[in-house]
Amino acid sequence: MSFWEFFTSNIREIFDQTLQHIGLTVISLAIAVTVGVLVGVVLTRYPRFSTQVIGTVGVIQTIPSVALLGFLLPLLGIGVTPAIIALFLYALLPIVRNTYTGIEEVDGSIKEAAKGMGMPDLQVLFKVELPLAIPVIFAGIRTAAVTTVGVATLSALIASGGLGEFIFRGIALNNVNMMLAGAIPAAILALLFDFLLGILQKQVQRFLKPILIGAAIIVTVSVSWWLGPQIFNNSFIAGFPSEFMGRADGYPGLQSHYNLSLDSVQLNPALMYDALKEKKVDVISGYSTDGRIKAYDLAVLEDDLHFFPPYYPAPLIRGEVLKEYPELEGVLGKLGGKISDETMTQLNYQVDYLNKPTIEVVKEFLTELGLETSIERTGGSDIVIGSKGFTEQYLLAEMLGVVIENYTNLDVDLKTGLGGTKIAFNALVQGEIDMYPEYTGTGLFVILRAPEEVQKAIIQDKEEVFAYVKEQFKELYDLEWLEPFGFNNTYAMMMRREDTEKLNIRSISDLKAYLSQ
Amino acid sequence: MPIIKNSATYGIHKVIMKNSFVIIAHGTAIKEYNGVVGNSQNSQMAMIEAINLTKKYEGVTAVDHVSFQIAEGETLGLIGTSGCGKTTTLKMLNRLLEPSSGRILVQGKDIRKDKPERLRQGIGYVIQNGGLFPHYTVAENIAVVPRLLKWKEKRISGSTDKLLEMVGLPPSEFSQRYPQELSGGQQQRVGLARALAADPPIVLLDEPFGALDQITRGQIQQEFKQLESLLKKTMVLVTHDVFEAVTLCDRICLMNQGRIEQIGTPKELIFQPHNDFVRDFFSSNLFQLELHVTCLGDLIPWLENLSPREGCATLFKVKENLLSILQHKNMGQNGIGIGDRHGHRILTTNCENLLSAFYQYKKSILN
Ligand SMILES: Nc1ncnc2c1ncn2[C@@H]1O[C@H](COP(=O)(O)OP(=O)(O)OP(=O)(O)O)[C@@H](O)[C@H]1O
Ligand SMILES: [Mg+2]
Repeated sequence: MSFWEFFTSNIREIFDQTLQHIGLTVISLAIAVTVGVLVGVVLTRYPRFSTQVIGTVGVIQTIPSVALLGFLLPLLGIGVTPAIIALFLYALLPIVRNTYTGIEEVDGSIKEAAKGMGMPDLQVLFKVELPLAIPVIFAGIRTAAVTTVGVATLSALIASGGLGEFIFRGIALNNVNMMLAGAIPAAILALLFDFLLGILQKQVQRFLKPILIGAAIIVTVSVSWWLGPQIFNNSFIAGFPSEFMGRADGYPGLQSHYNLSLDSVQLNPALMYDALKEKKVDVISGYSTDGRIKAYDLAVLEDDLHFFPPYYPAPLIRGEVLKEYPELEGVLGKLGGKISDETMTQLNYQVDYLNKPTIEVVKEFLTELGLETSIERTGGSDIVIGSKGFTEQYLLAEMLGVVIENYTNLDVDLKTGLGGTKIAFNALVQGEIDMYPEYTGTGLFVILRAPEEVQKAIIQDKEEVFAYVKEQFKELYDLEWLEPFGFNNTYAMMMRREDTEKLNIRSISDLKAYLSQ
Repeated sequence: MPIIKNSATYGIHKVIMKNSFVIIAHGTAIKEYNGVVGNSQNSQMAMIEAINLTKKYEGVTAVDHVSFQIAEGETLGLIGTSGCGKTTTLKMLNRLLEPSSGRILVQGKDIRKDKPERLRQGIGYVIQNGGLFPHYTVAENIAVVPRLLKWKEKRISGSTDKLLEMVGLPPSEFSQRYPQELSGGQQQRVGLARALAADPPIVLLDEPFGALDQITRGQIQQEFKQLESLLKKTMVLVTHDVFEAVTLCDRICLMNQGRIEQIGTPKELIFQPHNDFVRDFFSSNLFQLELHVTCLGDLIPWLENLSPREGCATLFKVKENLLSILQHKNMGQNGIGIGDRHGHRILTTNCENLLSAFYQYKKSILN
């Protein structure tokens, strides 16, 4: 599908997102202009505080945006309010700084002449200082506007819409057309804002007061308009990452499979657990073995109609290596089926939230299983074990390493933290690593990209999926899937445990029943 | 008690000059009251009175116990070396700066009793570096104070045009220009017009001709001196050009490191310096200055009526100063005629006689 086709067939949604984007930008910019100019002006009256205040505002700007959204989450939840506040905070620095320096740089003798002729302070400000500082102030506002249009894409991460929805969904799904459908309008918007502000700048000397008053009105109206529904809204809300929103095996599929309809908002995967914990949303689609399930006391809803595809991890190893050391199959079989969902959650939790070293957690667990762990890695490299870059993968890779060291004569080297599926898989195919833990679902959807008929036919059955990927990998890449570890790290619907108990919701069907009351 | 350096040794001076008395009390000259003897401090209220003004910045005393009085219609010059506190003193008069101690009375009223804006709207202010508003046209610049005073637009535009005419900038050509489109001298004229726009009784001028070359400066000074609307104004003029002070000021206040060294008429400062600082300050141009402060009328007792060749000599007025006469292009050839106010010849003399009379006059006042 060409970009143009994508664009025309999604024109409605692009239009909506663009409008949301403009809304977010204009509102946060209006607030930033009002507050920023005010602060800047006040600072010129109390220059003693200027260094500290401008410094503090500057520090806000250096906070990474996802982190800032994370800070705001417990206070303001998700949606438009925190997005506007975050955008406002980012836009503040150039406006405050330029207002302050713009006024400070107005020739001292001109200010003095104004005072000396008997202008009251407010008139000195409005008739002399602000008009003369306008070019500098506007330069600040234009910088802020362009940044705001850019940063506003990030607000899609906390469910406030805008062109970021397409961009992030496009990135998650590796869909270039979708990314461009978000990115191009965003770039055009940035240029447009800059252009319009440039025009406004020429007129502003005449219309300084109306413009400031206009900004203040936009601020008040929009703040009350946005805040109102936010405060009184207490319906049941779902928060999903953009990838889940877009994938056929995500929300769209879930919706038709269970005939379930949810008020849903888009959330950053890194923030959605916190959003659930902080009661900003009521159900999320997390990963079934995430440590936060335990840390935040969440409950996973049973997928009683078997919608979510199986993602059972197993060691994926190169055929040649297995041929050379056939004993590996038996040795690694010691881990086969030994880890349940709860166990894996528990292990992730220990590393992520109790900050225990990975190796210590692994050894404790293996000891519990009655396995030997006394032999340490020495640094030889008969076998190189890889992993992707998240906790569960580190744990599994470490586990494979300890078992091989203790039950064979082979020396193991670890190459962990490979960026993602593509990188890890390529490393394996090219022989840079000899094995890494991979998930059956990922093999099916991402690596093999199995035809849709095949997917439909086997997706409900974990055994069939395993058999299919095992056969295909062998044939296409000469790679072997060994026995799976036993747990399923798939998408899972989860809620706060207290809610599930109170509402008596155990499964997704229960949730549907509850919602259709 | 306002103690000015060295004033104690002089006590009360009573310098008698032709037809006029100057009373210097405690180093503070009151005013040259033409023909009226013994007019006391109390009977005529000063327009501006500074009492013991002191301004301290961190570590620096910029102005140190300065006192003076300025009578209505009088021009006081503040002169001194750079950094001696002239601008600081001036700015305290319209409350752009608040004194650390001391008081200022304008028409007998303490200026702190009213809002500073009100005070400033009644005091014209010509700033050291022009200070025109670059985003306003010439006309708008001049209209600032009248607008603050809520004059009718018609009255404002009428008076703006008149002021522009007065400072030699034809309104049709200049009123719609922006300050950047004017030369430095033209800007200063606009600055002056702006200060006079609301016809304030008091005008403060901080080096109004500072940025000009010698020729333009002399020219504007002459025009300035002849401006009718300035005749009745009480003015304080800051300058470090002694000739400017001597030309434009009724009295001069010479400052040094925040203190007043001497205050009096130009003639007093030049012929009767109170101390070495004052003497040194004028020493480099002393002869020219002496000629500048002496007018023909001063010399009449020592002048001989030499030539009967009437009609040929250039006629000068009694109040003309010697420097301008000696620099006059027609000087010398046919003698110097001296006329009274109505242009009637009193006597005719020549250059040599004029100079010898000058030396005799000087001797008479130094003794
Ligand atoms: N804001 C200030 N803070 C500290 N010191 C100051 C300040 N303003 C002026 N001064 C000091 O006070 C003294 C008098 O300054 P002022 O501006 O009155 O000098 P001036 O006589 O007008 O000099 P100039 O002829 O150079 O204009 C100077 O030594 C100056 O450095
Ligand atoms: Mg000065």
